[in-house]
Amino acid sequence: MAEQVYYEDIEAGSELPALVKYPTTMQLVKYAGASGDYYQIHYDKDFALASGLPGIIVHGWLALSFLGQMLTDWLGEGGALVKLSGSYRGMNLVHEDIICNGKVTKKYVEDGRNCARLEIWAENPRGEKTVTGSAVVTLPSRG
Amino acid sequence: MTDEPVISEELQNMLNVDFGPEVYDIEKGMLKKFAEAIDDPNPAWRQAAPPTFAAALVPTELLHRLFNAPTPLKRLLNGASELEYLRPIKAGDVISVTGRLTRLRQVEGKEGPTLFMFTEVAYTNQDGEVAVKGKNTYIKY
Repeated sequence: MAEQVYYEDIEAGSELPALVKYPTTMQLVKYAGASGDYYQIHYDKDFALASGLPGIIVHGWLALSFLGQMLTDWLGEGGALVKLSGSYRGMNLVHEDIICNGKVTKKYVEDGRNCARLEIWAENPRGEKTVTGSAVVTLPSRG
Repeated sequence: MTDEPVISEELQNMLNVDFGPEVYDIEKGMLKKFAEAIDDPNPAWRQAAPPTFAAALVPTELLHRLFNAPTPLKRLLNGASELEYLRPIKAGDVISVTGRLTRLRQVEGKEGPTLFMFTEVAYTNQDGEVAVKGKNTYIKY
């Protein structure tokens, strides 16, 4: 685990450490089982191709989970996630890297809490943004 | 393509109707299985739910009716998700899930008509407090 990040350490433009994930078909099957989302485009290649897709595609929720991990790894035990959102704009194919990124867009104090707003996004290896979203977090203070 | 409407009466009639509650006992094994499925080794998830755990607390009846309502559009994609965290979900909690369809929007896409279905789901704990508020957009095309 990295060291705790504090409110004083960040400013608009601060970047989060990127997280790279590589989902396999086995992971998609595990995710289908854990989430109850058994839509066949996520593990049955014939079904995916017949649906006009280029291959087996990663659940949007799973890609968002990777962005969630990037955020909670960064927040550590002292920070907390308040809001998380993502729009699924492109497809992540199985057996390809998903690169998760995040950047602070604003820091502010609200109701005595040290908050930050972040822009988050996931990319496929072709540099296409497949998930774009935002997050609101609270961070501890050094004060 | 038939003359069957994209937005059927059945779908229209679902608008703003609450489905549920469906009750989930949050067990440690369920959290472990979910954390493994999203490949997140953070030890915090042995006791508490990771951010997207709400995806496993499915408003089954709402989604079943939404996805099976008559429409000439056969293909389905998840469009967007939004979660707001009010209280943590922990092992031992009992979460009641209530969902509703809030809006339908039909647009003409490149490949023909596209239907956006907007849903809202509340995840309420055993003390009657809303732990998580969720919104999700599904796309049929």
